[in-house]
Amino acid sequence: MNTNHPIAPQVVSKQAASRRIVEVAKEIHADITKKHKKPSMKFPIRSLANVKYDTKRGHFEILNKTATRTLSYNTVKTFAQSMRLLATTKNDLLDKDDIAGKRELYYNSKSWGECRFDEQPESDTLLDDIEAMLGINREQLGYIPEERGGDVAGPLTVLDIDPSNGKDIKIECAKLGSGAWSIPSRVEHLRFASKAKFILAVETASLFQRLVHHRYFEKANCILISMSGVPTRACRRFIRRLADDQKIPVLAFTDGDPYGYCNIYRTLKVGSGQAAHINRYFCVPQVHYLGVTPQDIIDYGLEDATHPLEEADIKRAKDALKNDPFIQHHKEWQQALEQMLKMGVRIEQQAFAKHGLNYVLEKYLPEKIKKGKFLP
Amino acid sequence: MAKRTSAVGETAESMARRQREISVSEFFLKNRHLLGFDSPRRALMTAVKEAVDNSLDACEEAGILPEIMVELEQTGDNRFRVTVTDNGPGIVKTQIPKIFAKLLYGSKFHRLRMSRGQQGIGISAAGMYGQLTTGSATVIRSRTKGSPAAHQISVQIDTRQNKPTILSDVSVAWTPTFPAGSGDGNEGDPVTYKHGTSVSIEMEAAYVRGKLSVDEFLKQCAIVNPHLSLHYAVTLKKPAKGDAEGEAPADSIRQSFLRAVKKLPPAAQEIMPHPHGVELGMLMQMLKDTESRTVRSALASDFSRISQQTALDICVAAKVDPKARPDKLGPGEIEAVYKTIQQTKLMRPPTDCLAPIGEEEILAGLKKEIDADFYTSVTRDPTVYRGNPFQIEVGMAYAKPQSDEDLNNENPVRLLRFANRVPLLYMGGACSITKAMTGVNWKAYGLAQPKGALPLGPVVVSVHMASVWVPFTSESKDAIANYPEIIQEITLALQECGRRLSINISKRKREAEAERKRGYIEKYIPHLATGLKDILSLPDKDKTKIEGDLKKMLEKTHLEV
Ligand SMILES: Nc1ncnc2c1ncn2[C@@H]1O[C@H](COP(=O)(O)OP(=O)(O)OP(=O)(O)O)[C@@H](O)[C@H]1O
Ligand SMILES: [Mg+2]
Repeated sequence: MNTNHPIAPQVVSKQAASRRIVEVAKEIHADITKKHKKPSMKFPIRSLANVKYDTKRGHFEILNKTATRTLSYNTVKTFAQSMRLLATTKNDLLDKDDIAGKRELYYNSKSWGECRFDEQPESDTLLDDIEAMLGINREQLGYIPEERGGDVAGPLTVLDIDPSNGKDIKIECAKLGSGAWSIPSRVEHLRFASKAKFILAVETASLFQRLVHHRYFEKANCILISMSGVPTRACRRFIRRLADDQKIPVLAFTDGDPYGYCNIYRTLKVGSGQAAHINRYFCVPQVHYLGVTPQDIIDYGLEDATHPLEEADIKRAKDALKNDPFIQHHKEWQQALEQMLKMGVRIEQQAFAKHGLNYVLEKYLPEKIKKGKFLP
Repeated sequence: MAKRTSAVGETAESMARRQREISVSEFFLKNRHLLGFDSPRRALMTAVKEAVDNSLDACEEAGILPEIMVELEQTGDNRFRVTVTDNGPGIVKTQIPKIFAKLLYGSKFHRLRMSRGQQGIGISAAGMYGQLTTGSATVIRSRTKGSPAAHQISVQIDTRQNKPTILSDVSVAWTPTFPAGSGDGNEGDPVTYKHGTSVSIEMEAAYVRGKLSVDEFLKQCAIVNPHLSLHYAVTLKKPAKGDAEGEAPADSIRQSFLRAVKKLPPAAQEIMPHPHGVELGMLMQMLKDTESRTVRSALASDFSRISQQTALDICVAAKVDPKARPDKLGPGEIEAVYKTIQQTKLMRPPTDCLAPIGEEEILAGLKKEIDADFYTSVTRDPTVYRGNPFQIEVGMAYAKPQSDEDLNNENPVRLLRFANRVPLLYMGGACSITKAMTGVNWKAYGLAQPKGALPLGPVVVSVHMASVWVPFTSESKDAIANYPEIIQEITLALQECGRRLSINISKRKREAEAERKRGYIEKYIPHLATGLKDILSLPDKDKTKIEGDLKKMLEKTHLEV
């Protein structure tokens, strides 16, 4: 298993973030009142077309294509909203050491009159823009994600801090019975202790439940993490910090379909095209792909437990082959996708139940791990 | 068997006993829809229209600036007395009975001259309708210039014989009198004239408001006749006590449309018929009636555009003796003349006989109708259909927003139709004007248009046809018949106005767009400034400066990137 660990990214302090906002505002102010020219804001373009796969750092790195938002009729509203959002972020969050949810931010804007956001997606998008413009991820600006970070079970001790008294709280992730520990939205302050041999990140909650129920983590001496679809930023950051900190390898187990490969796994490993400006914090370059691969379908005689690829699957696979720098970098992944397209089928994690409910943990996982042949 | 009376047993003799002359009056009595008297509400409008048309015609012919008073007085649940008074030349006493109680009697049918009336039916038909529905008589008061008194004559029509029956005939001290004033009240003394006519008819009628009403007719009348002073009074019977749902509107009307132009339209010239517009039967009649003694001089003097030389050429080509007496020509000879005329190249009829409203006056009229920020009008050059000169005029106005609730982007444009300065309200669907309107591609001029229908938009369009003979589709004179030449002329005039309108519409759209953008930007600039102020902890005066600088900057660059 790969134990080649990437360098941990730098964390920006609140004071530094606050200064950065002031810099941006000063420039705009000077444009208007001194240079008498239309002010503009520069953003890195957030799309797959503006990322490269940085193999040394192991994630999607943003390229220098930028979009300039110059003040005009079309941009005046967003421009005004950006200024008010920056003001709120600096004065109410950073300078006061407070936090806010994305939804709270949306409601907070209701006091801005005509400038308010009509729907939350508007404020979410603008926050993404601001994040990209400042080059600082929103968690560090004080915004906490609303989505759950994922569930953890297995031989891991997490040390959290009690916010009321600053004392340590110790969480034993192997002693939660049939339950699991939820990754919090901010994970920078967590500390870890573990003797596990590897981390297994699973796509579906139901398979995670089966593994926990049969205490698979004991037999395999691994930390189980349920991602529930595309892993959240917190989930990715948590796995990254844990893997870096304890120097343990990571394996991913998803459905065998283009979404599982190109969205869930790819995002976990190298980050997303949309948020490439902050991928360095939210990627797990050391992860490897366990399955389900198209070859597994043949090797485990699961042909009759598959589903035909749908239009969207085919499109997604072809798109990835054509546009995704990560897939383009890895021959193995291209071969896997081609094979899948040729077979014309996809497979779910639960399909192993064909051979018996516990076949997946008794046969499939041990065999694959023993073989140690994973997709990059 | 011998006493069978069923149709099967008819003989030529028995049928002959029932065959007799049908008088025109009897015919129209049964076919009153042809004259515009098919419903009580339409009857009221038609009666007013016929009387007002006559008054205007008479005034203009006599060179008098017209002043007219229209009174509607409710005399029963569905009965009205219609009285129309004018300051025209008056009518000679002996003519009065025939004019008002004989159909097809008039001064305008036998000549080609632009006038509102043309058939000699109008006012007698109104009187006949009143007589039929209420049994009453038409009362005429008329005073000619210089006469010591007025005549007051009551007449009815003997429908069998189409002849007037005089019920009374007295001399009265009457002078036409009109309310003075500015429109809505009695300011100053009433105005009296030494000449004029008043016609009063009681009839079954219903008074309504809205599109097809007397109100609307008179309003439009004032629009196309800016030289007219028009007074209008409606007196409705109070609904009886306990009769809660009296249908009639409770209030009464006293209204005046004042003269906008103090000049009479130029007097229309009478012309001879153009040979290309004359049919064979008419040619026969004309040759029979002519006062000329030879065919050649009859052709030269009774028609326009035939010179003595051309008349001679026609006779020669038709192999007819030019010196023959016109009333002695045989049918074959007349037909030869007719055919030769059709093949002869002739100058178009003279068109100076038309008196169009004029572009200026059309604009003045439209300005009365609607508060618009764009007006335009086109008077086309005169042209000819079937030998009859005619001329098309179009006016167009783009209403100001909210100036009239019916004028908006969802409703069809308001189309006003006029023929020889008479508003046409009924039978729009059958009219050439409507046909031309719907045939134009208005989308090209910036108006939405459902397929084959009138365009939509806050637009008023007025179309006027002036002609020595307007080809109406029926005797009620509501719709212009579909002659291709007429539709073509209307279309060209509409397109010209449409082009001008489209320039205005796009200009207006651009301005509205710029205005909207300006407002939008000004809404957000203060927020932008607030944001900067909060981040940089600026004093209030800096915020004001940011706002000012931004506004200036965006104005200068026309609000674009
Ligand atoms: N108010 C009036 N003053 C003077 N003359 C009038 C007046 N009303 C009618 N006349 C004369 O009476 C004639 C008959 O009028 P009438 O309305 O019956 O026919 P018309 O106007 O000639 O044609 P139409 O049937 O088309 O109206 C007119 O031609 C005109 O000479
Ligand atoms: Mg008449």
